[in-house]
Amino acid sequence: MPEMRIIRSYVDRANSETIESYIASGGYTALPKALRMDPLEVIEEVKKSGLRGRGGAGFPTGIKWSFIPRDSKKPVYLCCNADESEPGSFKDREIIERDPHQMLEGIIIACYAINAHKCYIYIRGEMPKGARILERAIREAYEKGFLGENILGSGFSLDVILFRGAGAYICGEETGLLESIEGKNGEPRPKPPFPAQVGLFGCPTIINNVETLACVPHIINRGADWFASIGTPKNTGTKIYGLSGCVNRPGLYELPLGIPLRELIYEYGEGTRFGRAIKAVSPGGSSSAVLTADELDIPMDFDSLAKAGSMLGTAGVTVIDESTCMVRVAQNLAHFYRDESCGQCVQCREGTWWLEKMLTRIEEGRGRMEYLDTILDACSQMKGTTICALADGCAMPVESIVRKFRHEFEEHIRLKRCPFESRYMGVWEED
Amino acid sequence: MAFSEDLKERIKKIMSKYETKQSALIPVLHEVQREYGWLSLDSMKEVAELLSIPPADVQNVATFYTMFFTKPVGKHIIWLCRTLPCALRGAQQVEHYISEKLGIKPGETTPDGKITFFEAECLASCGTAPVMLVDDELYENLTRKKIDELIEKLRAD
Repeated sequence: MPEMRIIRSYVDRANSETIESYIASGGYTALPKALRMDPLEVIEEVKKSGLRGRGGAGFPTGIKWSFIPRDSKKPVYLCCNADESEPGSFKDREIIERDPHQMLEGIIIACYAINAHKCYIYIRGEMPKGARILERAIREAYEKGFLGENILGSGFSLDVILFRGAGAYICGEETGLLESIEGKNGEPRPKPPFPAQVGLFGCPTIINNVETLACVPHIINRGADWFASIGTPKNTGTKIYGLSGCVNRPGLYELPLGIPLRELIYEYGEGTRFGRAIKAVSPGGSSSAVLTADELDIPMDFDSLAKAGSMLGTAGVTVIDESTCMVRVAQNLAHFYRDESCGQCVQCREGTWWLEKMLTRIEEGRGRMEYLDTILDACSQMKGTTICALADGCAMPVESIVRKFRHEFEEHIRLKRCPFESRYMGVWEED
Repeated sequence: MAFSEDLKERIKKIMSKYETKQSALIPVLHEVQREYGWLSLDSMKEVAELLSIPPADVQNVATFYTMFFTKPVGKHIIWLCRTLPCALRGAQQVEHYISEKLGIKPGETTPDGKITFFEAECLASCGTAPVMLVDDELYENLTRKKIDELIEKLRAD
């Protein structure tokens, strides 16, 4: 089966990042259509489409937009979250580098809908190429009159500023992102107030993910009903799934929401490398609870994965095969979150640090049986107790790995060494 | 040390785009680092003066973000991704290969000052793992040959 390409339609075309290419393939036709609609009608259409945020949380986009007060005395902002940093996620990079005008058109329409006249695109510092491409795309859009004063004679004006981050996973958290634009450490804010009331510079602000915004022109052009007819009733549209780890064909696959995980791995990813059995799958970026080989028939949508105790997140699927030591997997992830914790909340600052420490001891043969319950206890105290979800993002995968692969941890402790022969956790194609 | 008039002009131009002086801080630090390669105490003080904010605020931000360097670094920077999807496809092997080749561990700079080698957290290119960012370019599906050629190029520069 071929992919169902909507957002990825033109990514393989030469020069797909230029405005000429975008216009030649029907781009910037949704914008004039949207500008003829009432802003509230645009919001209504996006609500009707059922579009849910593609950045991880899956919150309905149209409803989020409707939280912006219509009579705001303060300026309204849109921030496009292009800080793609979730391990396993690499979908936004492709949109940014291969079809930036698609997201820009979505940005302009979104700003029109919420009455924002300034948008910040927050791109992570580690994407210098994406930043170069976006700078050029923004310039091109100004030259063609899609940005700036009185866009296409509509009376609507908009400025877009590209803001480069400087290396911090936490800035992908929406209020961490706002702090960063304000020139501060990316330390998430307690909520409420929510950004739609008090956001950037204290003004009403919407933060949307790149892929979410790239869906918007298609919804305006082809209608909410068309979009809602794809996927399942509460999980509409296509999703760009990222497949990585121990598969034969890692990469991006755009498919209707709700495709079974097994089909994604075996049909699109062409199965596992060296035909090895699957041990675990991280289905929605590293912050999601891992699934076992018995759980591959789960539909890949927001609600089905939540029901299974995990999450769709960014739909970055990482496949882990039988040759992999799960203690090392947990240790690798705990290291990531310990490194990326902003340090504001004790549960996160200390919890990620202790988890990494205990997991390292177990891996190095210095663990004790009682560590396992201590780890689970720490995980439960890290969940839902902090300002943002980073601590949960560490606790969920670690807890699921310890629960589902407890025997591997016990074996390490009993043998006082790692039972896996290789000193490395993965296989380099070179060897 | 004082910033050149040219750098000061560029900083002023950046500041004009933002609502508050402080919100120009990260773009300004990028600009200063591009000029000098790193952010010295003197540069941070000068940025603080230009933005009318306390020097401690500048240092606070400069030390929070991993891509700002508050110590001198090599002429070229290698950021090798170490996170799970890359690790499953050989990032640890790549790290040892590069370390042996350069004779340094992650976090160190070669004695000739040419190359600093860092571990990076997920670089958002998991489909082409293992990957590394070298200065402004991403290198994907790393092989020994690719690494050899690249390091030769960096050493010659």
